[in-house]
Parts: sequence; C-alpha cells; structure tokens
Amino acid sequence: MEPIVKLNDIYKTYQMGDIDVPVLKGVSLTVAQGEMVALMGSSGSGKSTLMNILGCLDRPNSGSYWLDGEEVAQLSANQRALLRNRKLGFVFQNFNLLPRTSALDNVAMPLLYSAGHISDRNARQRATEMLGRVGLQERINYEPSRLSGGQQQRVAIARALVNRPSLLLADEPTGNLDSRTSQEVLGMIRQLNQKEGITIIMVTHDPAVARHAGRIIHIHDGVIVDGAFSGVAEPHEAPAKSGISPEKEKEAK
Amino acid sequence: MKGYRIIQTAIKALRRNPMRAMLTTLGIVIGVGAVIAMMEIGAGSSGAIRKAISSMGANVLNIRPGAASSGGVTFGAGSGISLTPDDCEAILRECPAVRNASPLVHTRAQVVYGNRNWVPTFIDGVSPAFLDVQNWTIEEGESITNRDVLNSNKVCILGKTLVRELFQGESPLGKEIRIKNVSFRVVGVLKTKGANMMGMDQDDIIIAPWTTIKYRVTGAALENTNQSSSSSSSSSTVNTLSNLYPGGQPSLYPERSEIQAADNPMPVRFASIDHILAAARSTADIPAAIRQITAVLRERHHIRPGQPDDFSIRDMTEMTNTLSSTTTMMTNLLLCVAMISLVVGGVGIMNIMLVSVTERTREIGLRMAVGARSRDILRQFLVEAVVLCLVGGALGILLGHGGSYLVRLFLHWPVETSVTAIIAAVAVSAGVGIVFGFYPAWKASLMDPIEALRYE
Repeated sequence: MEPIVKLNDIYKTYQMGDIDVPVLKGVSLTVAQGEMVALMGSSGSGKSTLMNILGCLDRPNSGSYWLDGEEVAQLSANQRALLRNRKLGFVFQNFNLLPRTSALDNVAMPLLYSAGHISDRNARQRATEMLGRVGLQERINYEPSRLSGGQQQRVAIARALVNRPSLLLADEPTGNLDSRTSQEVLGMIRQLNQKEGITIIMVTHDPAVARHAGRIIHIHDGVIVDGAFSGVAEPHEAPAKSGISPEKEKEAK
Repeated sequence: MKGYRIIQTAIKALRRNPMRAMLTTLGIVIGVGAVIAMMEIGAGSSGAIRKAISSMGANVLNIRPGAASSGGVTFGAGSGISLTPDDCEAILRECPAVRNASPLVHTRAQVVYGNRNWVPTFIDGVSPAFLDVQNWTIEEGESITNRDVLNSNKVCILGKTLVRELFQGESPLGKEIRIKNVSFRVVGVLKTKGANMMGMDQDDIIIAPWTTIKYRVTGAALENTNQSSSSSSSSSTVNTLSNLYPGGQPSLYPERSEIQAADNPMPVRFASIDHILAAARSTADIPAAIRQITAVLRERHHIRPGQPDDFSIRDMTEMTNTLSSTTTMMTNLLLCVAMISLVVGGVGIMNIMLVSVTERTREIGLRMAVGARSRDILRQFLVEAVVLCLVGGALGILLGHGGSYLVRLFLHWPVETSVTAIIAAVAVSAGVGIVFGFYPAWKASLMDPIEALRYE
C-alpha cells in the first residue's frame, strides 16, 4: 500500500552567519495510511526541523517528500500554504487558539482559507460537528479563557480536523497539560486514530506518551536511529522493522 | 478568501480589543470631524456672503452714461447725457439675458414732514421694475405703478431710516411729505436692507417714479450738469413741466423767439436719465447680458465700430469674486489644518497596527500554518486598518455634522451640508487606512510561519 508520507534522503542545513549548521543529514522514513507514529529525540536532535518539513512549513535543501502521492519538497510558499490547508492538521503544545474568539470560530478558522467556497452555514455546521466529535458540543460558544487546558487542546484538535486532512501533526500535544488531562487528550487522539483511521505523527519527549503510538521513530543528531519504516500499515503493532533500505522500498512500488 | 469574509474576520479581530480599536480610531474621528465641520461652516459662510451680495444686487448691471466734455473740459464719468428711458425699454426688449431693467435718476434734497426734516442719502426716481432688480420687497403698503410713472404721480415709497427720522413710530402710509416743495403721498414702506458694501445705509432712501423726480423735483438739474447748454434748456420740449412749478430756476437769458429758433435750431433734447439698472437672469448670464446691452446701446447711439462707447457698464462680479475667494482661502486653510490632524490620526493607526501585528505574531503563524497565504495575511491586516479608518470616518462625519449643527444652533453661523465633503472624508479615511495600514500588514505578511509560531 502506498505510504501517506514518504521522505527520501532529506537534508536540511541552516546558515548561522558564515557557518553551515547541518540539522538533518539524510533522513528517510515512511508512514502508512492510518498509522500513529511518535517522533522522539532529545532537543537539538532535529526533530522540530523534521516536523516543520513534514508539516510543509519549511523546505528541505535536498531530498524528496511525497505526501499523499504528491511530491511537495520543492513547492513555493503559496503552494505549500494551500497544501497545508487541504492535507495537514496541526496540534500545538500551547494550543494556539485565537483569544476572545468562540470555540466555534476557532474551529472554523481554517475554512476561511480553503480554496473552494464554503458557505457560512456549511462552515458552522462542519465546525459544530467537529466539536461534537471531540466532546465539546456543549461549549461551542465558549472563549478559550473559559475552557480548561484539556478542553482547549480538544478545540485545537477539532480545528486541525475540520478540513479533513490526510495527516495530523501533533507537536508535544500534552506538553502543557497535567497527567490527567494528558490521558484524556491522548485517549482522544488514539480514538481518532483507531476509530476514524486518521494518520497521526506526534512529536514527544515523554516515553509514556510515545507508548500510545503504534511505532516510535527515534531521531538523534539529524539521523534516524530506528523506527523509520513501517512494515505493516496497521496501528498498534510492534515497532516496524527498519531493515528495508530506501532503494528496496522504491522497487517495491 | 471572499471579500465579505475578510471584512467579517477583520471586524471580529477588532472586536477582540474594542477599547483599543476605539482609541485608535479617535484620531481619524477627530480629523474627519474637523474636515466636515470646516467644510460645512466654510460653505455656509460663503453661501451667506453670496446671499448678502445678491441682496445688494449681485446680478445687477449698472449702466451709466460716459463723460461729457465741452471745450476740453470733461465733467467726469456719468456726466454725459446719453441714456434715455427708451434705451432702458430697448434693453428690456432685446436682451434675452436681462431679467428686468429700470431707469434711475437721482437727486439730493431735503425732505420735510411736519416739523421734522431729513436729507436722505438716496432719492431715486425709478420705474416699478427697480424693486425687482434690486431684490427689494415692500413691507407695508404698495409699490409705485407704471401708471404713476406715465403720469408722474407724486407718490413715493420710504426706506426704514426715513420712517424713523420723519415719522417716529407713526405709520407713514397715506401721509404727505415734501421734497423741494413738491408734496408726495407715501404709498409704501420698504423692508430693511442694512448697509451696503461701501457702508452706506441702504434704508435711507425715497423711491418715486422717475418722471416725477426728473420733471417735478429736479426740473432744472439738466441745465446744471452741462453748463454749455444750460441757457437753452428751459425751453426744451421735455422740460416744460418744470416751468409749472416753483423751484425751477429763473432763466438767465431771454427766451428765444420762434424766428431765432428756426434760424439756429437747437438739437432736439431727449429725456435723459442718470443710470439704467438691469438685472441679469443669473450670475452666469452676466457676461452675456453685458455683451447684449453693449450691442443694443451702441446701435441705438449710432456708435461706429472703433469708436468708444458713450456709456459704461459695471457689475458686482469683481466684488463677489473677491469676497468669495477670501472665504474659499480661509476654508482651504482650515481644511489643511484638519488634513494634518487626519495624517496624525493615520500615524496613530499605523502605530497601533504595528503593535497589533507584533502582539498577534502567533496568530499570524497559526493562520499561515492552517493555510493562509502571505497575501491573505496582508489583506486581513490592511482591511482591519481600512475598517478602523472607515468606522472612524463615519463617526467623524456624524461628529462634524453635529458640531456644525451646534455652531448653527448656538452661534447662529450659517452652515451648509456639503455632500462633497462627506464623499471626500470617506475617500480620505479609506486612503489613510490603506496608506498607513500597508506597512504593518506587509510586515505581517512577510513573517515566517515557523518563527511566528515559536514567538513568545
């Protein structure tokens, strides 16, 4: 089966004045449809950079990136913006909800930037439906300041899903939550993955959180240590074998 | 993003911080308010000045005879005897741009009623058209009529000053007053008009049929103006009436016999008048009226091409232009000051928008992450600034309008609602929004989503 995410030999170097700082040194990985993957690594390991490239916020210096069958590594900024809108959902550590804006408007916000015209009624309907899916149908008119941390993160998840993305990227989704609400939010993410088959990549440094994922990719110093390739496209299996080389993977197609 | 969506988003964003939005827009409110108030008050005063001038007869053309001269001695403008009542009729008949015209003869004499007397500034002999030409109305009683003019009836209309001086609160209607021993019946009283532009009291006036003034009051005036012909004028056909009344000057020379007259005929005298007052149909018609009157009079006076006119035509355009250009200049000056306050308001908007962009960096990053292109961000912040300015402009229009209304209410200054000012204010405030909102919006649109999302 065609993997939904396929990175091939990604290099990313930042320039700090005259010095080149290589951050990603030939990263290759795949994520299959319906998988839930955790991305782990210490700080400075390049996991944020990798996440930015996966989220199409940044462009790699070289290498290729297929997202849902499209080569997206070298798209222009505007094309990437449209792509993010169509195919990607983001959940951030600090929720990033618009202040003094109702949960409903927060969730409907990405629809403003959708290419096809969505009517106001349609947008409201979809946002309401999404909030229902994360269990917040009672609070659609609440502003973020009146919601608890866990509820805010659930609003953020609803917002990430409102455009029916192919891939949900969660950057430390429980980093700002206490352990009880962490469980609540993680449970929700797992549920989305299992019941609705949404593909999820989750960055975390907490092994307890990573355990919820079907597979853990460890990254260290710009290269992937293990867990790069999924053997079986099924959630909650043992970590995938990483024996297959990228070349073989290509031939397999 | 669709247009109304952008506006909706902008309004939602502004409503998140209503106090700040209000304070930001205050600069524009005051600026636009000042512009509107200035324009309305300025338009009002120039309108009032225009009205005042037209009450003095803005469209009035004053036609005077040229200078008489005799033996190298000229007697000054208006001393010639070239205008006749027939000229006046011809002007009325042949000049389409002229609304009405009246002959005018004047004199200066003592007026007596009972034991009081007064020398009015104006004793004007006119036709009934005079009141229309001068835009003057009768307050009490009635006007003189054409029949009065034909019969040189001894009737007159008094100005308010004369009523005060001679009658002291009594009603003058039907009373007899005497001008140079000729008694006149007062048939009407004029409405007050106040001083004219030279500061002369326009109400210090007696209006009577021109024939009466000319033939009954100033019977011998003609002889005096032109000394070279004074000797013979008492025998002229027109002036016979003056012989009937006391006050005609005794002749210095013996009467000419019929043989003398046949041997050495005097030129036929015509009834001359001092001025013709003509009213053009509108201010715009003044040049046309002047052209037509010149043509008619030149023809009637048999002036060959190339020869100078024997009359002159004056109008008030010069005066009107001077006064209205003064008010226009003042209005423009105040407008400049108001514009400066608009620019200051614009800088305030730019300042707050820059703060807002910095403050909302994370929001910008988030919007970019969920698919906003940089031009969406640019548009959003630009529209926010423009909406702020337009709301400010609308409030400013209300404020300026209210301000000029209060000025009218309490200071009794004339104001005029100016649609141009309102359109200009809306355009300028939108322009200010675009100009001063662009830089912050452009800055926002250049943000890198990764950096912006990480911004603390």
